[in-house]
Amino acid sequence: MPKDSGIGASSKRREDVRFLTGAGNYTDDINVHGQAYVHFLRSDIAHGRIKSVDTSAAEGMPGVVKVFTGKDFEGVGGIPCGWEVTDKHGAPMQEPPHPILAQGKVRHVGDPIAAVVADSLEQARDAAETIDVDIEELPAVLDMKAAAQDGATLVHDDLKNNICYDWQLGEADDAKVNEVFANAAHVTTLDLVNNRLVANPMEPRVAVAEYARGTEEYTLYTTSQNPHVIRLLMCAFVLGLPEHKVRVVAPDVGGGFGTKIFHYAEEAFCTFAAKACGRPVKWTASRSEAFMSDAQGRDHVSTIELALDADNNFVGLRTNTYANLGAYLSTFSSSVPTWLHGTLMAGNYKTPVIQVNVKAMFTNTVPVDAYRGAGRPEATFQLERVVDKAARELGVDPIALRRQNFITEFPYDTPVALTYDTGNYNGTMDKLEAAADLAGFAARRAESEAKGKLRGLGINCYIEACGIAPSNIVGMLGARAGLYDAATVRVNATGSISVMVGAHSHGQGHETAFPQVVADMIGIDESMVEIVHGDTSKIPFGMGTYGSRSLAVCGSAMVKATEKVIEKAKRIAAHLLEASEADIELKDGQFSVAGTDKSVAWGDVTLTAYVPHNYPLEVEPGLEETAFYDPANFTFPAGAYACEVEVDPETGQVSIEKFTAADDFGNIVNPMIVDGQVHGGIGQGIGQALLENCAYDENGQLLSASFMDYAMPRADDVPFYEVDHSSQTPCTHNPLGVKGCGEAGAIGSPPAVVNAVLDALNSGGKAVDHIDMPVSPSRVWTAMNS
Amino acid sequence: MTQVSMTVNGKSVSGDVEGRTLLSSFLRDNLHLTGTHVGCDTAQCGACVVHVNGEAVKSCNMLALEADGADVGTIEGQANDDGSLNVIQQAFQDHHGLQCGFCTPGMVMSAAALLKENPRPTEAEIRKYLEGNLCRCTGYHNIVKAIMAASGQDVSSIAAE
Amino acid sequence: MYNFEFEKPSTIADAVAALGDEDAQALGGGQTLIPTLKQRLAAPSVLVSLSGIAEMKGVCVDDDGSVSIGGATTHATVANEAASSYPALAALAGQIGDPAVRNRGTIGGSIANNDPAACYPAGALGSGATIITNTRQIAADDFFDGMFSTALDEGEIITTVRFPVPQAASYQKFLQPASRFALVGVYLARFADGVRVAVTGAGEDGVFRWTEAEEALNKEFRADALMDLRINPANMIADLHGSKEYRAHLVGVMTKRAVEACL
Repeated sequence: MPKDSGIGASSKRREDVRFLTGAGNYTDDINVHGQAYVHFLRSDIAHGRIKSVDTSAAEGMPGVVKVFTGKDFEGVGGIPCGWEVTDKHGAPMQEPPHPILAQGKVRHVGDPIAAVVADSLEQARDAAETIDVDIEELPAVLDMKAAAQDGATLVHDDLKNNICYDWQLGEADDAKVNEVFANAAHVTTLDLVNNRLVANPMEPRVAVAEYARGTEEYTLYTTSQNPHVIRLLMCAFVLGLPEHKVRVVAPDVGGGFGTKIFHYAEEAFCTFAAKACGRPVKWTASRSEAFMSDAQGRDHVSTIELALDADNNFVGLRTNTYANLGAYLSTFSSSVPTWLHGTLMAGNYKTPVIQVNVKAMFTNTVPVDAYRGAGRPEATFQLERVVDKAARELGVDPIALRRQNFITEFPYDTPVALTYDTGNYNGTMDKLEAAADLAGFAARRAESEAKGKLRGLGINCYIEACGIAPSNIVGMLGARAGLYDAATVRVNATGSISVMVGAHSHGQGHETAFPQVVADMIGIDESMVEIVHGDTSKIPFGMGTYGSRSLAVCGSAMVKATEKVIEKAKRIAAHLLEASEADIELKDGQFSVAGTDKSVAWGDVTLTAYVPHNYPLEVEPGLEETAFYDPANFTFPAGAYACEVEVDPETGQVSIEKFTAADDFGNIVNPMIVDGQVHGGIGQGIGQALLENCAYDENGQLLSASFMDYAMPRADDVPFYEVDHSSQTPCTHNPLGVKGCGEAGAIGSPPAVVNAVLDALNSGGKAVDHIDMPVSPSRVWTAMNS
Repeated sequence: MTQVSMTVNGKSVSGDVEGRTLLSSFLRDNLHLTGTHVGCDTAQCGACVVHVNGEAVKSCNMLALEADGADVGTIEGQANDDGSLNVIQQAFQDHHGLQCGFCTPGMVMSAAALLKENPRPTEAEIRKYLEGNLCRCTGYHNIVKAIMAASGQDVSSIAAE
Repeated sequence: MYNFEFEKPSTIADAVAALGDEDAQALGGGQTLIPTLKQRLAAPSVLVSLSGIAEMKGVCVDDDGSVSIGGATTHATVANEAASSYPALAALAGQIGDPAVRNRGTIGGSIANNDPAACYPAGALGSGATIITNTRQIAADDFFDGMFSTALDEGEIITTVRFPVPQAASYQKFLQPASRFALVGVYLARFADGVRVAVTGAGEDGVFRWTEAEEALNKEFRADALMDLRINPANMIADLHGSKEYRAHLVGVMTKRAVEACL
């Protein structure tokens, strides 16, 4: 029986009511009295040296408050990078400055050159058109392999080359790796591209900043997944402001998918300009602006080699990847191709020798950073494509080959720095085979063939690492932040509870799922618990929401704080019941003395905490506890996906006919929300596999600069998905036994789709080894006819 | 500035606008009806869909002055008179048809327009009709399911938990 | 957007007068023009809405059986009201954009804009329609004049588009996945005196007639008649979504499917 409340119940989302009635409060809905508007004049060339920027005409235009250029920010810090990667020779990564407004050079189309603040947005645009910019155009650095050559044009003149770092993980002894490959019975090699994507949350980015002269306090409203991180980075590294004078609010946020993690120049600009102009300043990105200013995702070019012995056991794996970082280092960009990618190359398999090589490149493109999955989809795509190719080359069943090589004993130390605490990959695959009705595939293929279509089945397995931690380890790996989280459980006198959490909900349903946990622990109605998030003035601290970390990390902090509350409440209850604290039990919101019928209700205890007339003198009044939680390890969700496609052999059009996901997320708090997270991830993964392509031309112009050319998945591009999460191996090291589910779908689905297309083509007699994503009709047709 | 008058969610309203003022701007900035969202500038995403004289239109792609004298319906006017969610809104909540909520007003308004002309659409008809409404969160699964449920169809067999 | 004056005349005569202003521009449904204005790629001083002109709206069947559609008629109206009189054209209208776009976008606006990937130019050219303006009648064969270019003069308004109704017709649209315009669209109409095949989305010079296919189908109206025909890729569009060769191939496939749909 499904539960109807508490942990495990599909409680309806309480936040839905405001979103369904137009009562949400998104950043662009916020207008501050007297606000001015900023328009950024952005570079329309990819690479050039700024000779002059003449703003004199703009300054005299109607409504103009102030015009800013790079010179106005010379005494101000640049956008920092939050992760210092050490290269394979022990040297720190090359870390070029990232000014708020371009200084000296423009380095990508969209790089902001000047900013006009005016009474209205249209006046700001009018004035920006009169700014005279003289730029000496330079060759655009775009191809990563060419950019790595000696003598290549430099994106950053002060760096020794365009390579941010040359990084390695796993087996450092090349000779040993070579020997494994030399002795292998079979080696499968694959060159592939992980296509560049644009996250495109439906809400474009917005920032509104105000400065109160009297109190010298700033408030920044921004579309962020982690307001505390924005405050810390902006105060400490960019503007040099005292944190206690800066409040950052991320109200309702219309989707993030990674791209709203980062601290952006526009946020710092508005905050800076609010004081400089003496007026609140608002910026709302148009979608066109989002395409050239939101950090983009993926963009890896890789070669992967898999060595197998005569019994088809994986004996070695080697990858060489070029990872595009774009023109500047975005907040967590350096960590994505390294610690979020290389560490995942073992996948679900007990491959004993693994070597991962990554060159991270600067190019004249929009910065690249984490996008849903962040490194893990890139790792999974390589691994699962090469495994699939190996199965085809060897003529073995792709599921059998995977099962044969699964890790089956836990904890398992991988050769690439992780310790998987738990998992059951065969069990999850069993769930997939049943849920996807793989036994019925042959009949479905026959039906498709009768219609003149090719049908293919693609299988994929994935392992994910969520809730990156603990802080002392990530610090050793280069993180410039801790990756714990915090929660305050504030019990009001009448027994209702406000929980201030460091996680930020922008679609994940925290406002519903988090109260389920607290209410369950105390035994009260969920409606008595309210989540407060997204405001640095209301919550103690938080590292925000990304990397599927919220419940595993912040949820654990919330559990710890709730345990402290319960412990204190028990002491008060013991006093009221004149019993020993050790004998007090809490169930269904009642404190009772074990073995007796004496009890006192939750509300009576909470009231006593705030009206401490009859009260234990040694206990402080009030009932509010805070906990910070730093996990002992990552969590490791894993799953197995199956995709069935039909390919129209005449046009190359691919349609997804059936998609099944079997995931192991450990324990689950709200199954409805978990399903929704998986659906969304699959939708984005299908988008990457079939549709989405952020492309630049040879001059660095963005070809897919709007929804007219960047193909977003629509309702008729996807089917209903079958989602099974009954395979559950609870996380061994957090109190809820939860693992995280936000990114799984986006990690697990692209290889399943591509494997399915290749299965369809090969079964139709076309020997096609690989097609790069997006597997568009044009590419499929070309592959079939070459 | 020119005065524009229209009926919005049953109330007569008027305001001064420029020729270039979009209907979405009039609703959001003049009337403070911020439930209508703007998610793109090329008439693709559909977060701004409202009803004009009973038809779904993209309010960020229509001039306010073009709606002079029109009867406009927005997400703020969709709930039942007693404030409870209407059938479509309730189905979206019951079936988790929204996550971040940004595309949701447009989805609800499009769904209402669909069900008006086709009270019992098939899955394929719903997916086709939503061609002009992008959602980045849900993978569309629960949106389609919610609209089927709102039209009185049994959705219990669709990917049960 | 740059600002502009807005006028909404109720007669064609008033619209023509309003369009006499220098830098005045006609506004159909605005589904392409408004995004263009947002990008500041156009700067009209006056925008003259044609949406208030009752005599430019609606679908009617003329005495000779042809279907006349007012220039300010929306795609949604055509999809509904031409469904019985000219089903293939109604089906084309029902595939433009999305439902909300179809409720605003107009046939006159689409044809006057002549986007190389738009649907209506193929429908008009494939049908051998007559474009009727406030001053003259222009045969579709003379109207479309390359990408975004037509025979219209400054200030000239499409008041009606008159379509002869063929014995059979079909529009086959292969979607560009992002914009949902035609990556390749083929409108095929079979009249008593011959077959017309118009192609949109593919040609570097916008919509065009595939005369070789027409000749082959005039000899023998079946899909196999096209088997040996290949359209020259040299004049095809190449972009992110498809090469010249792919588009040329799709023209063949879509034409074949249109023939099959007409049989």
